[in-house]
This record gives sequence, structure tokens and C-alpha cells, in this order.
Amino acid sequence: MNAPVHHQTLVTPEKPKALAAGQFKVTARDVDVFYGDKHAIRKLSIDIPDRAVSAFIGPSGCGKSTFLRCINRMNDTIPTCRVTGDIKVDKNDIYDPKIDVVQLRAKVGMVFQKPNPFPKSIYENVAYGPRIHGLAASKTELDEIVEKSLRKAGLWEEVKDRLQHPGTGLSGGQQQRLCIARAIAVNPEVILMDEPCSALDPIATARIEELIDELRQNYCIVIVTHSMQQAARVSQLTAFFHLGTLVEYGDTDEMFTAPQEKRTQDYITGRFG
Amino acid sequence: MTEVRNELVRKRYAAERRFRFYGAAALGLTALFLAFLLVDIVSKGLPAFRETSVEVDVTVDAAEVDPANLAGGNYDKMIKEAFRAEFPDVKGRTERKALSALLSSGGADTLRSMVIADPALIGKTVTVPVLLGDDADLFLKGLLTRVKTTAGAMPLHIAQLDGEEGFVLTGDKAGEEAERQLGLAAGDVIRFKGGALRVTGPQNGYLKAEPIFAPDPAITTLAAGQWDVLAFSVPESNRRISDAQVLWLDQLKSEGRIETSFAWRLFEAGDSREPELAGIRGALIGSLLTVLVAISLALPLGIAAAIYLEEFAPKNRWTDLIEVNINNLAAVPSIIFGLLGLAVFLNFFGMPRSAPLVGGLVLALLVLPTIIIASRAALKAVPPSITEAALGVGASKQQAVFQHVLPLALPGIMTGTILGLARAFGETAPLLMIGMVAFIADIPSGFTSAATVLPVQVFLWSDLPEMAFQSRTAAAIIVLLVVLFALNAVAIYLRKRFERRW
Repeated sequence: MNAPVHHQTLVTPEKPKALAAGQFKVTARDVDVFYGDKHAIRKLSIDIPDRAVSAFIGPSGCGKSTFLRCINRMNDTIPTCRVTGDIKVDKNDIYDPKIDVVQLRAKVGMVFQKPNPFPKSIYENVAYGPRIHGLAASKTELDEIVEKSLRKAGLWEEVKDRLQHPGTGLSGGQQQRLCIARAIAVNPEVILMDEPCSALDPIATARIEELIDELRQNYCIVIVTHSMQQAARVSQLTAFFHLGTLVEYGDTDEMFTAPQEKRTQDYITGRFG
Repeated sequence: MTEVRNELVRKRYAAERRFRFYGAAALGLTALFLAFLLVDIVSKGLPAFRETSVEVDVTVDAAEVDPANLAGGNYDKMIKEAFRAEFPDVKGRTERKALSALLSSGGADTLRSMVIADPALIGKTVTVPVLLGDDADLFLKGLLTRVKTTAGAMPLHIAQLDGEEGFVLTGDKAGEEAERQLGLAAGDVIRFKGGALRVTGPQNGYLKAEPIFAPDPAITTLAAGQWDVLAFSVPESNRRISDAQVLWLDQLKSEGRIETSFAWRLFEAGDSREPELAGIRGALIGSLLTVLVAISLALPLGIAAAIYLEEFAPKNRWTDLIEVNINNLAAVPSIIFGLLGLAVFLNFFGMPRSAPLVGGLVLALLVLPTIIIASRAALKAVPPSITEAALGVGASKQQAVFQHVLPLALPGIMTGTILGLARAFGETAPLLMIGMVAFIADIPSGFTSAATVLPVQVFLWSDLPEMAFQSRTAAAIIVLLVVLFALNAVAIYLRKRFERRW
């Protein structure tokens, strides 16, 4: 592990509680992102640890979702988007031309703001990923993967009798858990969540948060959220973004009790944003 | 303050009511036009779906039929002779010709096929239905003139003028004008046993008349009930059927020998110069072949182009240019595509004239922009979250498009395609340019044989002077509309059947 070079906006957590030193899963150095002429992210550097939840907070348009979507190259689908700098997952540069973006996305799964199950059966929703990646040799294995994924997503008990029903027929919270099951069915190592609870009611939100806490044992989770309470509840590390720069990144407890930067303080106390 | 507000509210409601009224009025007017059009076409076209024939007892003359060549027998002569034998009084050459003209020139077909099916009929007498000609057919359907027949209520005196062909009609009462007394007008036909006269007009207090069938000179007085008056709504000079022919048909009808049946011929025959023999089968098959070529080319090309442009093509100046041009092509008048087809397919590639293959190629070019635009709209309508979901679990772009976006867009694509198909089916102008407007009596046997299509057939028939072709035209329009409605129904069904919610 290279020691992070010192930089003005490079912030590395000093004493992450849930982290053994040197276990950074995602590292970024001097990342700039442009949408056409718009400079969306400026000189961003960050180290994200494995087996922990990192929350990105900040006002709308601060670039947190943009950076999240850089980690599995979902921004490739936007023709005007340009990314410079280094982003590494497990020390592999993901913007290297030799990297297969399909393999990357299998390794770095994503859960979106609005639940977006395929208009297919619950079973097909979960089985789709393993099938296209050839993770199951037989129908039985596929069934096992589907069951395991749905169990991990805490949805199995609710849907085991209606696996052939359409996934779109579930409630909003169930749909979002189905999307999480779909993401973990392909054995990812990192799960990116872009405001996963913003379209859900408080009870469904609580279930997702519990689930995120369980998943933390096995995955590196990065979650973008508008709710500071949610960030405080689910994350071990919090990053505060403002106007395309990373202002502060550190242990969640410290961040919410004793932030280093004034801007962070102002934001979390509700003075702006 | 409140009053001002109340006034505003009142105005707002009034504006809304006015708008609703305009909308309902526009809708009503449109419905009225459509209903008028439909009623007109259906009322004109329905008679063409029935045909009339007359039963004739024919002796199949062994001298006229060679058992080795049954199809070559002179059935026409047999039918005509048998039909004339029914009217022994008709002697003059022109009269006999007028009598034969009641029958269709294809009237002997039934007898021919009967004899071919059963050669044992040779030498026997059979009763066969003989198709009537178009004018007789139209008259019997009441389309040429209305005839009002009334029984004579008073005695009628007939006197032949000396040295002239004419007759003089008088009533019983002396002094009163015969015209008023008898209730007859010029053009009326008086029919009685042994003759028929046509009233020509009053003269010196008498009524003059001319013979249709010269009566027995012995007849001078007809008692009430011994004669009939036939009053026509259209005078003889203005209609295509003579008084004599009307009287013959009336006689056949009263003998119960006229029968009407469903005109299967309309769907079984190709085009013909004789309206009663003309059918739309050739045009219908031509249409099917042409549209088959058009759709099997335009569908894969159109969908592939739409998928590439919408999902894969880089967004740059060139794709913008292509997009603008596709939209422009959809607005190009269809005849231009016909000229293009003429120049490229016929003159440059030397493809056959009037062929469904060439027609299909031209129509494919014509509907391609429509299909591309509809397919792109359908692809665009699929929410991007579905693509993102697929990409998010590691599907490639192609997998995301073909496994998720395309199935969701398919109902829209199919709807667009079927509407394009319907447009191709109803297109006339470009096909005129490549020679599909020729008179083609044969039913096309393949993609390169000469053919015409249904809308062109409508165009051709609507141009012909025979009145019977007008109802054939309307009948062809009805068939065309039924096919188009069926296509649209299929489009709606497919959309409902495969539509998926997300």
C-alpha cells in the first residue's frame, strides 16, 4: 500500500475504528470529472476502506453521486462525461484501457436511487447477473445463488412462495431489497448505493439500513445520502463534499461531533445546504 | 373584493365550458364526416357483393362439344340459343341482339364447368344459372331506374294510325283529354297480353304511342285490369337498359327465374373489362406479395437502424445529419419514391416492370423512415433506469439493449411497424410509376409476375365509365378498409398483449 501523497484535498481517515491499517479497497488520486464544460469534481483524492460503510454527504450538485458513479464507470454511459486522474479498486486502475468494464461492474455493484427491478419475475431479477457472468453451472446452483442472495438481502421469507411473480409487483422497500439482492448475486466486493432510501418510507428505510449494517461484514459499501441522520446511523466513515471538492473525510462519530472544517460544521448543523 | 373574485371564477368556468363545447363540436363534426363517408361507400359498395343470374334450360348439344376437349365446346352459342328460345316472339335482328345483351359474356362459364365436371351431361337438358350482364344486374338491383307498376283502372282504346307506325290511345269519356283521363305521361310503358306500347305524348287531345312489341291488330280495346302501366324514374334515352329489356327481365322475374347470390366471383376473379366478371383477387394477391417484400426488407433494416442510432451510435454531427435526413425522408411525397424506383430498379438494375418485387422495394424505402422513427421513439420511451440496472450488474451494452430495452420497446416497435405496413398497403402513387397500373387480368403467380395492388385497382376502376364499376370500386374500397382495420386491430392487440409495466 502506497502511503497517500500529501495533497491539499487529500483526506485520509486518521484512526478509522472499523479498519485495520492498509486495507483500502478503493483509492482515488487527483480525480477530475467534466460534463462537457462543467467541472463537476476537482482534484479529488480519497481512500475507502474495505468491510466498512462510507457515507458521502453534501448539498445537491456537490459531485458525490458523480464520484460514486466513477467507481464502477457508470459515467461511461454519459457521452459528454470525461474523467481524469487515478481510481483504483484493489490496486487496479479501473480507467486502464485493458480493464473490462463488464468485469469491473460485476465486482463493483450498484444500487440506484429509485428501485429499478427488471420488469421480469423476482427469480429472473436475481438470476440475471449470475447467468450472464456464468456463475452457475446448473439450474440447482442458480437456484442456490438466488436463494442465498435473497436471504442476504432479507427478502427470502417474504418472496419465497412467489418467485415467479413480477418483481415490479413488490412494494417500494421490497423492490429496493430485490435490487440489493440482484447486486450481491454476482459476488461483488464493493457495493455502491446512490441514495437507496430516498424513495422509501421510514419503515422500509429502517429495514434497508439494518441490511446495510449486516452487509458491512462482507463488503466495502459506499452510500450517497441526503440524510445526515442516516449517514450517522449506518456509516463508519463519512465524506463531506462541497462544490465538487472533498472537504473532509473521517470517522463518522468524530465528523458529527467535532468536524475539522468550518464548512462541515455549518452543513451538519444546518446552516446551509 | 369578493365580487371581483367571484367574477373571475365565473369567467374561468365560462371559458372552460366554452372550450369543452369547441372540443365536442370538433369531434362531432369529424364523426359526421366519417359517418357520411362510410355510409356512402358502404351503400355504393354493398350491391357489388351480390350477383344476379337467370335460370335457363339448356340442352347440351353433342354436336358442339368434343368429348376429348370439353373446355373448347361452344357453350356460349348453346346458352344464347336456349335463352332466345324462351322468347319466341322476339324476331328482329336488333331485338335479338338486345335480348342476348342481357346475359354476361362470361355467362356460359357455369355450364362449361358443369360439363367438364360431368361429361355425362352431354345430350341432356340441364337447368343452369347464367350470369346476367352488368346493366341487367344493376337494373334488377334498382340502381338504373325505379319502376312503378300500376294496373290499368279503366278501359283503354287502341287505334293504329293509318300509314304510320304509331298508335292513338283514348279513354272512355269523350271530350276529356286522354292524358288526364288515363293518368299516363310520355315515357310510360303500357303492357298487355300480346304487346307493349310506349307513350310518346299528347296530340290533339289524344295520346300518341309507339310500339315496343307490336300488338295484334285485332286488339282495339283493353278492359280495366287487362293492362299495366310501367312508370320509370329515368327516361329511356338516359339509361343503359331499354324498355324492351326491362319488360323481358320483368317477365323472367315474374316467372321466378331470376336469382341473386353472394358474389364469390369478386374474391375469386382477376380484373376484367366486364364489370360483372371483374374481381379483386389479382389485386389482393398483388398487394400481399408487394407488402410481404416491403415488410421483410423494411422491418429488419428499420429496427436495426433504429437500435444502432438510438443506443450505439456516437452522438456527433454525422448522426445528427442522418437523423435530420431520416425525418425529412418521412415527409417526402410518395410519388418521388416511385420515380426513384423507376430510375434505379427498372432502368438501372433492369428489374421487371409491374412486378410485386419492385413495388415491394419501393414501398420498403417509403416506410423505412416511418419504422425507424417509431422504433426510435419506442426505444427512447424505455426508462434509462432499466439500462442502468442491467449495466449495474455487469451486462454489456449489447446485452442491456437486447435483453432488457428491446423487449420493452417491442410493443411500440410493432405498433409503428404495423402502421407503416398499413401505409404501404394503402399506397398508390409510387406504384403507378413502376407500371403496376397496367390492366392485368391474370392473378399474379410470383414476385416477378405482373401484378397490381388493391388501391391501384380502386384507382383504375374509379376511372371507368361503366356504372357497374362504380359499385365494384366501392366494394374494393370496403375490402381495403377491412384489411386496414384488421391490421390496426392487430397493432392494438399486440400492444396490449405485450405491454409491460415498469
